[in-house]
Amino acid sequence: MAESTQINSRKRFPFKLQFEPRLDTPPGWFSAALQIGAVIAALILGGIIIAVVGANPFATYAHIAGASFGSIGVLSDTLVKATPILFTALACSIAFRMKLWNIGAEGQFIMGAFGASAVVLAPLLPATTSAWIFIPVMMLAGISFGAMWGFIPGILKARFKVNEIISSLMLNYIAISWMNFWVFGVWSEGGFQMSPKFPQTAWLPRLLDFGKSVPLFRGLTTHLGLLIGILVAIILWFVIYRSKWGYEIRLIGDNPTAANYAGINISKNVVMAMMLSGALAGLGGMSEITGVIHRLQTSPVAAGYGFTGIIVAWLAKLNPIVAIIVSVLFGALLLAGREIQPSGIPKMIQGIILVCLIASDFLLRYRVRIVRVGEEA
Amino acid sequence: MDPIIILQAGVTTGTVLLFATLGEIFAERSGVLNLGVEGMMLLGAMSGFSVAVKTGNPWLGLVVAMLVGGLISQIHAFISITLQADQVVSGLSLTFLGTGISLVFGEGLSKAGTISLLPAFSIPLLTQIPFLGQIFFTNQSILVYLGYLITPLAWYYINRTRPGLHLRAVGEYPSAADALGINVFLTRYLYVFVGGAFAGLGGATISLAISPGWFSELTTGGQGWIAVGLVIFAQWDPFRAMGGAYAFGALRRLILDIQGPTMIFGLANPFYYNSYLGFFLQMLPYAFTVIVLILGSREAMRKRIGSPAALGNPYIRGERGL
Amino acid sequence: MDHPETQTPANIPLVVTMKGIVKRFPGVLANDHADFELRQGEIHALLGENGAGKSTLMNVLAGLYSAEAGIITVNHKEVEFHSPKDAIKAGIGMIHQHFMLVPSQTVTENILLGMDQPNFRMNINQYDQKIAELGQHFGMEVDPKAKIWQLSVGEQQRVEILKMLYRGANVLIMDEPTAVLAPQEAEVLFTTLRTMVADGKSVIFISHKLQEVMAIADRVTVLRKGKVTAAGVPTLGSTRQELARLMVGRDVVFQMEKTKQEPGEVVLQVQNVHAENDKGLPAVRGMSFEIRQGEIYGLAGVAGNGQRELSQIISGLRKCTEGKILLSGKEISNQPTQFAIENGLAYVPEDRTHVGSAPNLSMTDNVIMKNYRHEPISRGWMLDIPQAQHFAQKLKDAYNIVVPNIDTPVRLLSGGNLQRVILAREISGNPALLVAVQPTRGLDVGAIEGIHKLLLAQREAGAAILLISEELEELLSLSDRVAVIYEGRLMGEVREPDLETVGLMMTGTPLDQIAAPIATGAK
Repeated sequence: MAESTQINSRKRFPFKLQFEPRLDTPPGWFSAALQIGAVIAALILGGIIIAVVGANPFATYAHIAGASFGSIGVLSDTLVKATPILFTALACSIAFRMKLWNIGAEGQFIMGAFGASAVVLAPLLPATTSAWIFIPVMMLAGISFGAMWGFIPGILKARFKVNEIISSLMLNYIAISWMNFWVFGVWSEGGFQMSPKFPQTAWLPRLLDFGKSVPLFRGLTTHLGLLIGILVAIILWFVIYRSKWGYEIRLIGDNPTAANYAGINISKNVVMAMMLSGALAGLGGMSEITGVIHRLQTSPVAAGYGFTGIIVAWLAKLNPIVAIIVSVLFGALLLAGREIQPSGIPKMIQGIILVCLIASDFLLRYRVRIVRVGEEA
Repeated sequence: MDPIIILQAGVTTGTVLLFATLGEIFAERSGVLNLGVEGMMLLGAMSGFSVAVKTGNPWLGLVVAMLVGGLISQIHAFISITLQADQVVSGLSLTFLGTGISLVFGEGLSKAGTISLLPAFSIPLLTQIPFLGQIFFTNQSILVYLGYLITPLAWYYINRTRPGLHLRAVGEYPSAADALGINVFLTRYLYVFVGGAFAGLGGATISLAISPGWFSELTTGGQGWIAVGLVIFAQWDPFRAMGGAYAFGALRRLILDIQGPTMIFGLANPFYYNSYLGFFLQMLPYAFTVIVLILGSREAMRKRIGSPAALGNPYIRGERGL
Repeated sequence: MDHPETQTPANIPLVVTMKGIVKRFPGVLANDHADFELRQGEIHALLGENGAGKSTLMNVLAGLYSAEAGIITVNHKEVEFHSPKDAIKAGIGMIHQHFMLVPSQTVTENILLGMDQPNFRMNINQYDQKIAELGQHFGMEVDPKAKIWQLSVGEQQRVEILKMLYRGANVLIMDEPTAVLAPQEAEVLFTTLRTMVADGKSVIFISHKLQEVMAIADRVTVLRKGKVTAAGVPTLGSTRQELARLMVGRDVVFQMEKTKQEPGEVVLQVQNVHAENDKGLPAVRGMSFEIRQGEIYGLAGVAGNGQRELSQIISGLRKCTEGKILLSGKEISNQPTQFAIENGLAYVPEDRTHVGSAPNLSMTDNVIMKNYRHEPISRGWMLDIPQAQHFAQKLKDAYNIVVPNIDTPVRLLSGGNLQRVILAREISGNPALLVAVQPTRGLDVGAIEGIHKLLLAQREAGAAILLISEELEELLSLSDRVAVIYEGRLMGEVREPDLETVGLMMTGTPLDQIAAPIATGAK
């Protein structure tokens, strides 16, 4: 029979699956279990594909686990990888909350990195500047450039109803070309495809900087960016769930017509949310360039963190606090992924995870029952 | 910097966008927004090239590319049509998935060897037409001619045939179509498949004919996204899509050619003397897409034409208060 | 009630029988072993309140829903419909309350939709011709080349009927067909229906309006809470009160108790207002009126005559192109929405789920929509969550809102409870002006009564109320004054309205052209 919510089985099979819309909200643990189930299903599917291309899925996964959590050293590296993802995930979660599909976190991240670099390379500040001035100015520059890159799709959406998915994505490509121009053409160090290294005062402090007093920290590269990211996540949580503006954002996200009816200026909020989103991604770019790379260079900056952030935000159900944990897991995947062959595997697994997650949401809205054919009641 | 050559090349490279855009028009006309075009194109390019290298038969590669594009699109169809998930997120995930899978299976493919290209030829009498003959009918790939053929057919199919009528109804008012016995779910699955097959064809057009080979993500370089933007500009009309696609193709060629001559409009060519300025030229197609979107939505606002009314909404049958 | 079998004359064949139909929706038993019979050449009304299961039962007959149990026969043959297409093949066509027409397509395209002919290529001119002829035959003329969005509601309904006739339907199910029509337009429809049954076709007429059922139907089947309470009773010989009791299970009070009170100060002034609709066409063309404290001003009119746009201009959701609107002396037209809210405007929109609420947010989040900007709900930039919850709990108790707890997303609420949430929110701020658009649409009788009481209580509390409704009975019983809007203009305003006068105004006759003969007739 042809009810949409039912999936037909073959004629003779005595049982069939029946889906009923849920009339209540499922408990929190169910939602969490479903997320984990979806990730496990994704890993299994990924494993099958890995086996198909001739690699060993068990070895691959064991390698990922060992290479990312196996020792305090690699754990620190995992956290380093998690930091930029956390920022882009936070950027996406604030925009997605308003159903603004900002796919441009990648470009905003790049522009943030560029802005921070410009402070050193232009130079806006002399190389002898103290860290206490350098770091805040670079943060400000990163935030401003990221916000500007978020402002463009925001204003286009608010003024001309231009689809923000495509405009923000196009800006990613433009940002890469922009960065390339400066890296290759203006700030190139001796013709290489990178800028000169920043002075040490323009570096974010790392754990290894305290290695003299705390021996455990020796050689650990986890940097201040992580702490900033966690702090931002907590603030963002308060903004979304406890502030007036957060309430407006949630209202617009769920039903823009109702928000308009409640007297909320949607256009203004679209622009503001996109700018905040861009600012967070830009701050991430600044953190990466001053905490890890210490110079402007295309490939480590445009490494796809903006896209991973989309998946992380979705997996965290747009909750900034949960995003912290999920970022660490994805940091592990990216870290270990560098050594995995074929090199596309981490990207593919990310894709499969997102597919499984979206598919699993169905079970939050529908109850599945196995019923005997003819006894659907 | 010969305008005829630029336009001729524009038609050639624009064919890629044309296929992808036409496919997306079909999917969106049925009410399904598929943002996975980029991923499907990459898969098409990878699988088409891979099969062509292994079998030595580019035609087989073309067919496989279309099949692969169509099949992978069914993941999006299942998630967004049957599981009623958000089409934006689902489409995005398809792009991630398609990109990831094509990178995994495309590992080492760039050095796998060369292929015999799909044929290119001129059409005897038509080449004689001044100006147009050289642009459209001289030494073009067979796929370009396929584009000339498919575009009017697509228009005719959508606007003048019974299945086209059904397609439009499903995208505009699915419950009305359903009430008259049109299978909304099947229709949507079908046109998402068509969209995927066209995207696969677009991808294979790159790897088998226009710039043969496999260059990982750079093979498509965001053309799938440009196609999604072009659909809006084209207002879901195949002929407008054709114009837009060829214009973009011409722009790409112009960017390459403008860096060649030492003099331009009687002045020293800055792009020749400072190759780094080329990065700004590279931005042009993407910036142009944004501009086209602005123009498109202003026109749509003025004429008050919109997307297919049911675009982006899952169809839930048996819902109370139908 | 008598058994219908005993009344069936042997010479009139049964076209449709439904026996023991059970249809369940999650949480609701929509049809509980319902029986139904239809004879050839009759107009058979299916009467019941909103939510009684009338439409569900007919959706089962039309193949849109599948029943969990029960037997359907058509022309004495047992049938099983898997889709509307099957039902149409068996000669059964349903015309839904919301027309199933694709707005961007032409009349002919809509009629051809889903047909097996034409095969592939459409020779549209040839089919245009056919459709025009069919329309002429049944006295329903429409332009086959017109796009649906260009047609009036009455014309669209004709297209729907033609669509079914073109498919050779012998049984026509009409779901609340007069809901969108003016009384005079409804008369035209009734004539058409009578022509069709004279032609040997049969009509099932779903309605919750007793009056028109008595006027048009030969027999009536009454449903209450999914069960049949009267099967195939002839309308001749039944009384309104009798059927009403079967429909609601108790005697209905047709008149609301309303205290006499003198209106106070002028609250709302609408001065020569003009506005456009979404398509950019003029929708409101020069309206002026005033509403005072403690007064309900009823605005009647057939849907789509500008009442939606008018309510949107007043609430600040739409700009007016000319004229102005004053609320307590302050100009609120073309100001941000927030400005009107801050000045005491409350607005119960027509569309509860899409405009009035955020379905996935909690009840708490929904009730603070209008007052979250101020203490005590918020302080500075922060929301005061305990205060918001306290407020929500207070409204839940005061307005008897049935909801598991205040954290429940409102999409899980029934229509009546959701409307209570919205009304509670709007009323709790003691508004100077309450604009209520179709506040009882789709609610059951108990809920309607509750909403009416809340509106009257606001009137007594001194609020000015603009009540926009298509339910004439509701308007006439609640309002102190009734005005009629037609094509964006006021046709007139009456204090002691009668159905005929209002009906004439709803079809475009200005009051001054009606008043004279009635006035002279009264002398």
